Amino acid sequence: MNQRIENHPIIDIPTRKRLKFFYNGKALFGFEGDTIASALHAAGITQLSKSIKHHRPRGFYCAIGNCSSCFMRVNGNPNVKTCVEPLREDMIVESQEGRGSIK
Amino acid sequence: MIHADILVIGGGPSGLSAAIAAGKSGAEVLLVERSQYFGGQLVKQTHMFFGSEKQHASSRGFDIGKKLVEEVKKYGNIKIFHNTTALGIYEDGVVTLEQKIGAEEIYLKVRPQSIIIGTGALEKSLPFPNNDLPGIYGAGAVQTLMNEYLVKPGKRVLMVGAGNIGLIISYQLLQAGVEVAGIIDASPKIGGYLVHASKIRRSGVPILTGHTIVKAEGDKHLEKATIAKVDDHWKPIPGSEMDMNVDVICISVGLTPSSAFFWQGGCEMKYVRELGGYVPKRNRFLQTTVENIYVAGDSAGIEEASSAMVEGSIAGFAASHDLGFVYEDFDREMQDLLEELQGLRGGEKGAHIRAGYEKVMF
Amino acid sequence: MLKTTGVPSDRDIEEVFPPRERLEKGPVVVVECFETIPCNPCYTACHSGGIEAFKDITDLPTIDFEKCNGCTLCISSCPGLAIMVIDYTYHQDFVKIIIPFEFFPLPKEGEWVKGLDRNGEEVVKVQVLSVKNSKKQDKTSVISIAVPKAHYKKIRNIKVGVPND
Repeated sequence: MNQRIENHPIIDIPTRKRLKFFYNGKALFGFEGDTIASALHAAGITQLSKSIKHHRPRGFYCAIGNCSSCFMRVNGNPNVKTCVEPLREDMIVESQEGRGSIK
Repeated sequence: MIHADILVIGGGPSGLSAAIAAGKSGAEVLLVERSQYFGGQLVKQTHMFFGSEKQHASSRGFDIGKKLVEEVKKYGNIKIFHNTTALGIYEDGVVTLEQKIGAEEIYLKVRPQSIIIGTGALEKSLPFPNNDLPGIYGAGAVQTLMNEYLVKPGKRVLMVGAGNIGLIISYQLLQAGVEVAGIIDASPKIGGYLVHASKIRRSGVPILTGHTIVKAEGDKHLEKATIAKVDDHWKPIPGSEMDMNVDVICISVGLTPSSAFFWQGGCEMKYVRELGGYVPKRNRFLQTTVENIYVAGDSAGIEEASSAMVEGSIAGFAASHDLGFVYEDFDREMQDLLEELQGLRGGEKGAHIRAGYEKVMF
Repeated sequence: MLKTTGVPSDRDIEEVFPPRERLEKGPVVVVECFETIPCNPCYTACHSGGIEAFKDITDLPTIDFEKCNGCTLCISSCPGLAIMVIDYTYHQDFVKIIIPFEFFPLPKEGEWVKGLDRNGEEVVKVQVLSVKNSKKQDKTSVISIAVPKAHYKKIRNIKVGVPND
């Protein structure tokens, strides 16, 4: 199902540059202006992490950088707030186990 | 060390308005905004605003945001940094910042003479079984996803909360082509503006007051929600449960002021239910109990963008004045602003805000 | 009850409807505004004096039905989309109702769409007479529909046909 909004009665949908990125090794596409979480969501990926103790599936909650539900490892950096981190070309996005560690 | 007379933390309607007022007064202003966009919540507000002509009534939120940013950019004495997060306020008056330029992160320090804090609010959450499933989001989060990033949250939504945010976002979901299965609110009455409720009802979306959410279910993502009627003690009535096949629940149960910097700065705080949580005590010029810290917008008390803009202007003119940068028309401008704010808080809808403010003014 | 359902009752609607004598003279405004919130752009938009100046910004709008000429300028200025214009004189069997509309797809002139009541339920099929979209309207389309006279107090919204319909 296409999750992207392609026309809208109020918002003028801009033409945006397509960006390639990697999610757990798989190549996906997003747009310039996406955050990592919005690009994943558009690709149908809503589980971003697991809770630390009970490994429950978690997505984002606030989408604005307040709640810490959306942490993933990005280009080797742990605990990146994917809901506010802008998507960039060739970004390597990975699920992290537990709290994430600085290698 | 960066120099600034006034540091404004937050580039939403209150912060932008504060910066403009301080800029008009002749102070050197630095405004920092953690997001890539200036405008705060305005960026994703696609609906028309209320209020008066002066408060941009009938303009869409995002257009108001753009106008404020254009205005700020006219002043050579106002610097605005985006992708810049304020990290902390220290006892020696230094404020630390982290600025992102591309993939690089730069650590900065500024020692302003005064600080205006307009950091807005956070969405509240609601406890119920499986409320942490992917697909269960704050209503504002869904609005951000749809209107800023142009991504649909899912196919079929249950909206929990019939305040203005719940009603407006339900309407915006329809505009994005997403089905809204219903809006529920535990309260017996609709909390938001009735015109918002009416336009959503005539689009066929049910509003069920006196209902609450009992639980959510799903494996890796939300699949089903169970709601029930509530009794006079707000408890679910057994036997009244209804299942709804939804893949998104929006939680719209209110906002709470973001208060971290006030605590850190040593401001005297008070918990005020009517204002949404902990807020700093302040005088009518929005100066807190710490002489050089001012507050404006939702972090002063949950209200509207129109009040945020007026408060930002009040704090901006006041903070500048107190440092000796006096706007030439200060007295008249301040009187107009204070009257405007009073006007916005009039009527039956303003009653609880007025009650809240009584508790924190000194 | 409006406060619990969000739907104005027939009685609420009667209170804001213009008197029959005025309806029979030509287009006139109906403002379904029932709550004292701080808001007055309808007054700012009105050129004819049909919407009177507000003493207090939280007042409900006071309409002078004689001064109102049904020009429709206020329809797209109301942030609550609470305003419509009715032309009872449009046709002997049909009333022209002019409403704000902010959804895609927009209907085309001449298209038949579902006429919905204030509960969002379909009452009757109605024909679209015009779809207006000026820059000043700022994305709030203003749509005229022809409603059979029997239903003119009920119809308040439309639903444009979806492909599967």
